[in-house]
Amino acid sequence: MEKAYSIKYGDIVHRCFRCGYCKFPDDYTDFNCPSYRSFGWDTYSPGGRMWLIRAWINDEIKTSQHLAEIMYACAACDNCKIQCVFPKFRDYLPYIFEEAKIKLVEEGIIPPLVKNYFKAIITHGNPYNLPQEQRVDWVHEMQIPEFNGHEYLFYVGCVGSFDEIGQKMARSVARVLLKANVSFGILGEEETCDGNDVRSMGETELFKQLASENIKKFKEKGVKKIITLDPHAFNAFKNYYPALGSDMEVFHHIEIFERLLKDKKISPSGYAKKVTYHDPCYLGRHNGIYQQPREILKMIPSLEFVEMHQHGVNAFCCGGGGGNFFTDIINSGEDSPNRVRIRQALITGASVVAVACPYCEKMLSDAVKTEGIDDRLEVLSIAEIIERALSI
Amino acid sequence: MSDILKTLIEIVGPKGVSNNPEEIWYYSRDPGVLEAHKPDFVVAPKTTEQVQQIVLLANKENIPIVPMGNGMSLTGLVIPLKGGIVLDMKRMNKILEVNPVARYVVVEGGTSQGVLKAYLQKHYPQLRHSLPDAPAATTIAANVALHGQGKLTQQYGFNSDMVTGLEVVLPTGKICRIGSPSIGSYWFSKGPSLPDISGLFLGWLGTTGIITKVGLMLYPNKKFREVELFVTDRVELIPEILYKLTYIELLEDINVWFAPRPLVFKDTFQITIYFTGDDEEEVEFKRKMLWNAMQQYIDSKDGGFMSIQYLKERLLEMPQRGVAEFADVPKGGGFEYSGPIIPIDHFPRYAAKLVALAQRYNLLYSGAARLISGGHSMMFAISFAFNRDDKGMMERVKQALDEATQFALEQGGIPWKPNFLEQRMILERMDPNTRDIFKTIKETLDPKHIMNPGNWEIS
Repeated sequence: MEKAYSIKYGDIVHRCFRCGYCKFPDDYTDFNCPSYRSFGWDTYSPGGRMWLIRAWINDEIKTSQHLAEIMYACAACDNCKIQCVFPKFRDYLPYIFEEAKIKLVEEGIIPPLVKNYFKAIITHGNPYNLPQEQRVDWVHEMQIPEFNGHEYLFYVGCVGSFDEIGQKMARSVARVLLKANVSFGILGEEETCDGNDVRSMGETELFKQLASENIKKFKEKGVKKIITLDPHAFNAFKNYYPALGSDMEVFHHIEIFERLLKDKKISPSGYAKKVTYHDPCYLGRHNGIYQQPREILKMIPSLEFVEMHQHGVNAFCCGGGGGNFFTDIINSGEDSPNRVRIRQALITGASVVAVACPYCEKMLSDAVKTEGIDDRLEVLSIAEIIERALSI
Repeated sequence: MSDILKTLIEIVGPKGVSNNPEEIWYYSRDPGVLEAHKPDFVVAPKTTEQVQQIVLLANKENIPIVPMGNGMSLTGLVIPLKGGIVLDMKRMNKILEVNPVARYVVVEGGTSQGVLKAYLQKHYPQLRHSLPDAPAATTIAANVALHGQGKLTQQYGFNSDMVTGLEVVLPTGKICRIGSPSIGSYWFSKGPSLPDISGLFLGWLGTTGIITKVGLMLYPNKKFREVELFVTDRVELIPEILYKLTYIELLEDINVWFAPRPLVFKDTFQITIYFTGDDEEEVEFKRKMLWNAMQQYIDSKDGGFMSIQYLKERLLEMPQRGVAEFADVPKGGGFEYSGPIIPIDHFPRYAAKLVALAQRYNLLYSGAARLISGGHSMMFAISFAFNRDDKGMMERVKQALDEATQFALEQGGIPWKPNFLEQRMILERMDPNTRDIFKTIKETLDPKHIMNPGNWEIS
């Protein structure tokens, strides 16, 4: 058949049976695909996307804004990759969805909010359209050194630098690292976007440019080890930068915290709250880090840890992945992933939802307000919980 | 914007209607081999009242309506053959009531099998329902509407036999309750001791109304579930083996399957036998009875139990995710089957026919049969996998399945969830007086012919 489009892995798309296992967690409790959950049409499920991509390749449907919305509503949470029953091709699902977005970018038919996101990154180096000088605003009165041969570079990222909740989390992480006498510095105004979401939104050339510039800068400054605030940057640095010449060791701050606690570099005195933990997709499903955050919480005296039903590999995404944190395509109404997730947290009886990602913290904090449950549930980063337990 | 679209938006809100080319394309087909037909609108109601309003609109405007669950019948039953509205029922997915003592559950019409399974496991671990081997996303209402089967069918009959009450929106827009919920608030009987009119909706493939609520029997969920695999290469012995297995009246589920791949199973017939118990003593007693029933075949070297350590987890899984994997054998994306309901003594002739069809049409096959109601009948699935990118192969599958249905009818079998062409074959063969009853029922319930038209159409 004459193909209208050729995409990488295009020879796989016809193999989807659209059976729908990809929509679920492994015990079928409820739908676990955030965009399907939010929109409710089969077209917004992974199987729906596979079939639509095939129709698109075969010229049975045309490029359209609605098709673009369907593709960009994917939160890149990887639930489908885990749950698909076809072991011979399930690993390719996320790549196929990324390829579709690459093709949409090439055609220039993308949702306006995605376009605005790219434009902001190109013009300001961050999605907030804010001047580079403001990248250090999060530091406030803290004394955090510029990176200068320290053991670690603390990479804060755009959300940690510019978003109020992200800034709060960045300060908490920095305070814990300072308390433990970890040798680290920041890039401050010289820091630029890591590009993880740029890549997942299909702008591969822009991603390569950002990554190459970052790698060059890291090398010039002699960076050997990086601690990231957010799992998105962690994912990009760990999984996509090496192919572009990066040889840095990359850690998410949770990995460092776990070691600090185990080595007794920090010794929390206690935090008497019932706490549940929300797995960020880029830490959990994308990078297999499930245990360390739980270990940390369990090492804090008096803290009562409780799991949400959908956790670990089955965790429901907050809806902030795949660029949706910035574009909000997926988030509206009571079935918004962040609202669904916060309701899942509420029924555990916990009074605190612990997070390890500034995107998740922001998404879930917004959901707490929208659901009107701020008197019952608080969203806190693990760093802030440690801070409170340390009484810093 | 058309007036119809405007009215649909008024009924279900803007997020509940689509006529975008993407949804129209997707909802115009199913994963089987039949040709697509485009709907004009896809609508996703959330309440029975919304369904009612949509049906009233369809009545007024003469628009066809096709109710859809997950669309996995594979035989095109949700393809809108005459356009109109595809009603995606999956947003009506609440579990409304469980009566743990009377052992029934009431669910909304779009509730999936997987969600009910998980709900019972969490809240009523002592109870289970008859889960089909279809994917977890398939819906309970669709399953009973086409006389689906499940893990408890060998013991208790078709899943539609387990219905304990229905709420249906009739093609005229009336909301109607069937069985005990029609006279009280309990959902324990679909008919008896009233005349059982649930049969006006079960098996009618969405042509007589839209099921918006289903009451369903639940059964004890024993603490232990075990499986044994009995293997024989003597196809002619299968009926008597099955007879002996059902005679002991102790087994949960019995399936027979055969396929040329993987090679370890080539040229043999595997009988998967499930049994349950609340303690080891009960399980071992059943195992002993099972072995005793099969002893003569072991002694005569006509069969034996196969070690299944590496397969056990997969065989015990519910639903069996591996069933869908057959679709990817020819790399892939599809399979379809003709699954006639037949007497168990006909197994050998269907097995031979399947192999002959696979050879003639050069197809990959899989045969699988599930016993129904203690062996009074079985569903025999004549399955062919296909590569969705190979139109020729899909056409060959279609031809092979048509021939399989013709064969089943000649042998006195009843095609299960027949596609519209197979329905015509059935109606042609049907006793004219019976066909008249079919026609009267359809004309009475759906005078405007708006419900899933093209299906069960009697001229």
